[in-house]
Amino acid sequence: MKGSEEMKSVIPARENQIPLEVDQRLDIRRILDGLEHYHSPRRPWHWREERDQPRQTGDFVYYETSKPLDRSVPLPGSRGFGYIDPQPDCVITTEIASGRFEDDVRRMRMAAWHGADHIMVIRTAGQSHIDSLIEGTTQGIGGIPVTRKQCRATRRALDLIEEEVGRPINFHSYVSGVAGPDIAVMFVEEGVSGVHQDPQYNVLYRNINMLRSFVDACESKAVIAYGGQLQIDGAHNANATAMEAWKVMPELMVQHAINTAFSIRCGIKPENIALSSVPPTAPPAPCMRLDLPYAVALRDFFRDYKIRAQQNTKYMESETREATVTHTLNMVISRLTSADVQSTITPDEGRNVPWHYFNINAVNTARQSLNGLDGIRQMVDIKRDGPLGDRVRELKERAILFMEEIVESGGYFNAVEGGFFVDSAEYPDRKGDGIARELDGGIGNDSLYLRADDYFAPVSVHFGKNTVPAPFETASQAIGGDTFEDPSKIRFIDELDDYDNVHVRIAEKQVYYDNPQLIRPEVEFMADGFVVLTLMLPCDRRHAEAAALVIGEKMGLSDCEVIHSQVMHPSEGTYIELKGRVGFDIDLSKLVLPEEIETLSEAEVREEIHQYPMTVVAATVGEDEHSVGMKEILDIKHGGIEGFGIKYHYLGTSCPIDKLVDAAIETRAEAILISTIISHNNVHYDNMRKLADVCAEKGVRDRLILVAGGTQVSNETAVESGMDAGFGRGSHGIDVASFLVTRRREMRGE
Amino acid sequence: MTGKSFEERRKHLAHLSDEELHQIFWELADKIVDPLVEAGRNYTTPAIERSVLLRMGFSSLEAQAIVNGMIEHGLMSHGAGHLVWRLADQEGAEIRETGLALAQGRKWKEAKALFGEVAS
Repeated sequence: MKGSEEMKSVIPARENQIPLEVDQRLDIRRILDGLEHYHSPRRPWHWREERDQPRQTGDFVYYETSKPLDRSVPLPGSRGFGYIDPQPDCVITTEIASGRFEDDVRRMRMAAWHGADHIMVIRTAGQSHIDSLIEGTTQGIGGIPVTRKQCRATRRALDLIEEEVGRPINFHSYVSGVAGPDIAVMFVEEGVSGVHQDPQYNVLYRNINMLRSFVDACESKAVIAYGGQLQIDGAHNANATAMEAWKVMPELMVQHAINTAFSIRCGIKPENIALSSVPPTAPPAPCMRLDLPYAVALRDFFRDYKIRAQQNTKYMESETREATVTHTLNMVISRLTSADVQSTITPDEGRNVPWHYFNINAVNTARQSLNGLDGIRQMVDIKRDGPLGDRVRELKERAILFMEEIVESGGYFNAVEGGFFVDSAEYPDRKGDGIARELDGGIGNDSLYLRADDYFAPVSVHFGKNTVPAPFETASQAIGGDTFEDPSKIRFIDELDDYDNVHVRIAEKQVYYDNPQLIRPEVEFMADGFVVLTLMLPCDRRHAEAAALVIGEKMGLSDCEVIHSQVMHPSEGTYIELKGRVGFDIDLSKLVLPEEIETLSEAEVREEIHQYPMTVVAATVGEDEHSVGMKEILDIKHGGIEGFGIKYHYLGTSCPIDKLVDAAIETRAEAILISTIISHNNVHYDNMRKLADVCAEKGVRDRLILVAGGTQVSNETAVESGMDAGFGRGSHGIDVASFLVTRRREMRGE
Repeated sequence: MTGKSFEERRKHLAHLSDEELHQIFWELADKIVDPLVEAGRNYTTPAIERSVLLRMGFSSLEAQAIVNGMIEHGLMSHGAGHLVWRLADQEGAEIRETGLALAQGRKWKEAKALFGEVAS
């Protein structure tokens, strides 16, 4: 058969030649090496595994979790629970797109270690209006140019990252704009698992011709259906655009319905159709009472489809704390109703393109909230009798009336021309501020062609009329199989711009790539130098903002900018967050690190204490009522020294030093353990110094081991203050027990 | 615009059960998308044709050049993949070689003749 190309062998899909090392940063140069030959297989959407079953994790049973990760960074609070890291049952999304994919892939790795398994890549501004695929690795603005090379490199990196954490990762981007079908094809070829596709988005927000948008969408959706990708719609944009978001709820359901019904007709399976749903309002509005009925109504009408729960961005300002609280409330709605995909918005989105650690913070807000709410519906349920049920019914009726009017007006196109959509009144009221588009207007309005009777597309997946010529049984037989059937036919374009590409950017940062020991702070791009100062200035806001810039400059920072300011009181104070750049590098190889103390094994400590019993006295000293840290070090329940056979006498909090030393003498204790948490005016140093002095005065310093602990204590400062050892944040009973045993051996002369 | 209030408009829905509302909601959605799906069956666009050419083994640059030629020569209604395949078949040439010739602005006269169009 003519046209069939020589079959090239397909490169093995799974990368195993460049495994990631936990102690090494991901080197993009290795990802780019041989990329033209790399091929990730078709990647249908992946849901988390082993859901819908109770799971014992640490001390607790969870009801809404999934298979655990092989490697992760647990939540900070997990320290009190044996470092457990229960993985919620829903997929967790993070949106990453700094403009440079080579830096994004490192952030993706960090996010995966915090439990993200849906990595969404935002496109650079303006890509929707480019009537073609774009190629290469030019730098983007507010996102990356989504090209074959960027997708392939990112997928290759994710193929490695998912091996490292032990869970498949869904890679996601957008099938929109005037090159939708091109992009849909490229995404299937390059292993993209999730897509945004909603022709209404093109029409309303990108002013792309309506007919073009829907015709293109048919082909895109047929391709998406073949790819088994999860499709997310674009209705949430109405929420973000409308002046008064809480009034567009009926319309949101209409937009969801149009894209859903349309997608089904294009062949996408119901389980691969997800509604992008945002709780429309945020505090200080009574958002739970407003948003919960909407969430219930939506899930009633769309019970056959998936819910992608997005977080509210409409009312975000520059305060990351406020955004985090709103997002936490959003997740209460997710757990009270349902969420198949829990998306996250970085809490800094109100101030800049997201930074590395805000992606992590957002993922952790989801993980923490979902862990905390696990199984809540066993005890708390939606009460449908009463105001919620009434409102649910009302929203449904309003949505139906909206659709009736679309039909009465002559259909969708007439409705859009009439400005039906994104009107900020609650339907059927209208404010007249909706977005209206003309059927014969918009981008691409002269680009539609009626298919002739002999129209033929020789590909394996196609929507609509396709006249396959004899003798072929399938369309793609005519060409001996298309790229979906034979990926070796895929054409890879490397770079089209000699000056704007990843290789040029790597050359600019060559020194950091070649010497990973050389570092500079970064928030977005490698070695961008950005740091943040938090300041509380005792003055009004205007002066505080001006003063902050001077402070930054005096501290040697360049490009200073106030990224958040908040009045504490009109004259008493203003809180400021200031960003600026440092202009120096740090060479890790030249740093002097505090010695890492090796601990004995638990068995060895136990054996030693069994042979040579030990008694200690312990207390929190000074005017200090903190007891939790000390109890963790002592108590058998928390892995404390008691568990190794060491006897202790605990004298409580705010204990005078004299009393403690007397108790040690009286009980023939071999060691004194003090906890000193409060650190203002360096009172913790004073406490340690005083303990050493009192022991010396009483002539027992030589036979007692003195140990101090506390959040602001380090071994160095403790030893300087006369202690034998100090234990800071993150210390455990074994660390202290091991030290006591080792020190006693030294004292015995061993 | 109907100008009527929600209370007036909802009268015909008030007595319906939730299940009946569900059914009406989806019937209306289907009715709204019917003509949109129909348009998708019968029209093609430069993006659709480029997506076909990509799958036939052409790069985005090659696909764009071929589709631009299709538009210029008034051949879009037959399908870009159709044209490349048929011309290759006619000439006993490889698909790729044929597409590249078209992308380079050659063979358009032969292409038009295939579809009974007069060469310009």
